[in-house]
Amino acid sequence: MKIGVITYPGTLDDRDAQRAIKLAGATPVPLWHASDDLKGIDAVVLPGGFSYGDYLRCGAIAAQAPATKEVIKKAEKGLPILGICNGFQVLVEAHLLPGGLIRNEKQHFVCRDQRLRVENSDTRWTGMFSENEEITIPLKNGEGGYIADDETLKYLEDENLIAFRYLDVNPNGSMNEIAGLSNKQGNIVGLMPHPEHAVEPGFGPDTPIATRSGIDGLRFFQSVIGQVVG
Amino acid sequence: MFKKKTESNVDTTKDASSEDKDQPWAELGLTQDEYQLIREILNRRPTSSELAMYSVMWSEHCSYKSSKIYLRQFGQKVTDEMNKHLMVGMGENAGVVDIGEGLAVTFKVESHNHPSYIEPFQGAATGVGGIVRDILSMGARPVAVMDQLRFGAPEHPDTARVVHGVVDGISNYGNSLGLPNIGGETVFDARYQGNPLVNALAVGVLKHDDLKLAKATNPGDLVILFGARTGADGIGGVSVLASETFDDDGPSRRPAVQVGDPFAEKVLIEACMELYELDVISGIQDLGGAGISCATSELAANGDRGMEIQLRNVLLRDESLTPEEILMSESQERMMAIVNKRNLKKFEQIMNKWEVEYSILGKVLADEKLVIRWDEQEIVNVPPKTVAIDSPVYERSVEYPTWIDELNANSSESLPRETEPSEIAAQIIQIASSANQADKSWITSQYDRYVLGNTALSMPDDGGMIRVNEESGLGITMATDANGKYCQLDPYQGAKLALAEAYRNVAMTGARPRAVTNCLNFGSPENPEVMWQFKQATTGLADGCVEASIPVTGGNVSFYNQTGDVAIYPTPVVGVLGVIDDVARRIPSGWQDTGHNIYLLGTTKDELDGSAWAEVIHDHLGGKPPEVDFQKEMELADLIHGANIQGMVASAHDISEGGLAQALVESSLRFGNGARIWLGELMERDGIDLTAALFSESQARAIVSVGREDDVKFVGLCEARGVPIVRIGVTDLESSALEIQGIADIDLLELKSAHVRTLPELFS
Repeated sequence: MKIGVITYPGTLDDRDAQRAIKLAGATPVPLWHASDDLKGIDAVVLPGGFSYGDYLRCGAIAAQAPATKEVIKKAEKGLPILGICNGFQVLVEAHLLPGGLIRNEKQHFVCRDQRLRVENSDTRWTGMFSENEEITIPLKNGEGGYIADDETLKYLEDENLIAFRYLDVNPNGSMNEIAGLSNKQGNIVGLMPHPEHAVEPGFGPDTPIATRSGIDGLRFFQSVIGQVVG
Repeated sequence: MFKKKTESNVDTTKDASSEDKDQPWAELGLTQDEYQLIREILNRRPTSSELAMYSVMWSEHCSYKSSKIYLRQFGQKVTDEMNKHLMVGMGENAGVVDIGEGLAVTFKVESHNHPSYIEPFQGAATGVGGIVRDILSMGARPVAVMDQLRFGAPEHPDTARVVHGVVDGISNYGNSLGLPNIGGETVFDARYQGNPLVNALAVGVLKHDDLKLAKATNPGDLVILFGARTGADGIGGVSVLASETFDDDGPSRRPAVQVGDPFAEKVLIEACMELYELDVISGIQDLGGAGISCATSELAANGDRGMEIQLRNVLLRDESLTPEEILMSESQERMMAIVNKRNLKKFEQIMNKWEVEYSILGKVLADEKLVIRWDEQEIVNVPPKTVAIDSPVYERSVEYPTWIDELNANSSESLPRETEPSEIAAQIIQIASSANQADKSWITSQYDRYVLGNTALSMPDDGGMIRVNEESGLGITMATDANGKYCQLDPYQGAKLALAEAYRNVAMTGARPRAVTNCLNFGSPENPEVMWQFKQATTGLADGCVEASIPVTGGNVSFYNQTGDVAIYPTPVVGVLGVIDDVARRIPSGWQDTGHNIYLLGTTKDELDGSAWAEVIHDHLGGKPPEVDFQKEMELADLIHGANIQGMVASAHDISEGGLAQALVESSLRFGNGARIWLGELMERDGIDLTAALFSESQARAIVSVGREDDVKFVGLCEARGVPIVRIGVTDLESSALEIQGIADIDLLELKSAHVRTLPELFS
């Protein structure tokens, strides 16, 4: 199973996403923003970072990159796509997911071990979670406040498209505590927290058992492998 | 609006040989003797471009002219043992240390103090950018940053401005570069009002073969400037020259503080990584202070060669810049590479892939002369070493401070000590919630500690730990420390204490200390008392390094941190790099298991002068700082290492500011787990009272927690190695309190709230 990871100029967490894919048991395939060759991948991750410096709206330029355009084409055909942080912003800018992401309510970048509730375990990237499971995933963003109009929020709630909600603390002022979304087909998932930073014991978030031992993020990648292969 | 620079108003070497004229050497910061020396070197007056180059390269900041004679100690007071792992020592962009497995680490701290006061956001941001490029120019991939911050009094109205700007600047720039911020220091003291210290540290990793030096050795090689375009940033002083050549109605003079673009730097890092991987370049230098003047003269001087440069080829953001300004510009995110012609195509491909602009400025010459032309006109022709290396060296006058005997005599002995249990408990909380001892996560949570996926420890642990080899688990720990109050009391001892604490912090994570860097922040070198402090501190650090058998690999000096006659506390920030065979064996700093014995290692003396207790409870600074004994520090470090290899240490935390009490507070709050503590045996053994037991800042001490199954073995190990050990308590996950027998049960939620809320209350 081959999972692509797109690198845009300014992408930061691409190597981390590749490592996570490897640890989950698939083959990471580096993809370059300027090329529309997706190299026969079975799924794709749009990783975190500050693509093109995010000097325009976050993710806006990356949404226009040749590699992204090719991904958008394949999205309709069911290509599993995971957008993490800046990747989530790209998905929103590409209109693959609704709404928008704005500067954190407190105006500061925030990095924390974030509790989340998995609200929808019926997507290509969340199949290995149980419904309403509580997990801990590192969050780090400056512009992670999710916003949408009332109609969209209602649609998301009614159709059960809110994949993750923040627990304990709403770190960026997101509406309805929304941490991540999926599309209706369940092949596209976008979220602000970083599952690729909770995949390896010793380098993840703290848990009550041991320092930095949290690996809840691994199941994002295992989910897509299991479902695509199975 | 203003006239484009024409050939007729360029000051050429021909002009300089034929016609003398008054030159603004004093405005550029040169002394009359220095100006005369330049004239002697050139055997004529300098051109305005040459004058600009010499003035900035001979500045204190670039030439270390007041500090050089003392910094030499770091290269002289060494043993073969100390240099065993040293690949590149003092004098390069950053020191390089072998860490095994064919890998090396380069690390350095640099100050960006003055710009960070004027414009905190950009000052701090470009501080991070600059130190990262230093690391990059050694051929290394940057893997982590840390910062050492000192601000004025927390309640002072101006402090919040500086704090917000600096933290935002570091957060914005560092996070956008994709480098984990793994630790650092934040200190508040009225003595830094108006003179905040913003020091930034970067660490990089390289394969031995990839080591790059800032040298141009092969005549004919191309000199290429790449990265951001050159603009008018940071050319403050040189405006004196520029103003000579502009009309009165010309543009207003330029900003003195540089502006950073982290995206440009991130792309630059990746482009450099590919240059190194494909072995495209033969030399490289980052552009920081003094810009093109510095890069060209240093590359040529270090390679015993010369260089021929066409300044018109520099890509500009602002076409109105004069040659002098282009030479001096401190625009960020630029690098200069020396590239053999046969590699040019590869170089261009990499630049094009990353969409990095570049221009070929000239080539390396066999002769030791630096020739710079503006179109056909020669505007610089100097021996590069006279600019970059052979700057004047001063032995400034040194005077024992008139005030220091009185300060030393005013010890903390006379301060009242509480005996009432509830009052002592209140003091513990008061110290834990004081700005300097309070939780710093309001700051550190604004930094990405996860990116790159190799962070094994970060704040609030004792040191920041990074895995450098994903296969073997080989890793490094970095810790930095400085205690300005100790240094004010005794700069010789204070510098040693900074080294001791950083050394101990590294050891507490399970790593072996291997090398040292420093950033020496002081007042004006023209003040003989400051110079005495500097002399004492550098001597103390050099002596401490010999005693601890660990080399200084490089460093940075920042003078003139003073307002009027009042200098900052002498603040020699010391960074220690440690190596750990496998980061899986790292030692965390808090209690996570129940029923573990808590041991205090080392001896506690009645050492409260300069302590957090004296400051917070009594607003007192006086006396003599704690004693340092590197033999004991090494024994403690060896013990922890030995015990950890056998898996005996569940947690460890060094004892420093705030004493045992603060270490206990931090260890319980790390994971919110309680403990029962008793101090009777300790007080009896060391002959101290309760205040000393809790708040003394005696060195070479740590608390560790050890599982019952390892207890006998651990105690036996300590006794065999002669490290004093006393059991002071037991962890208790059932308890929601830090229970100190005979004093109080301090509720952890209350304690946490006091510890955590201080900074948000001050700055949110």
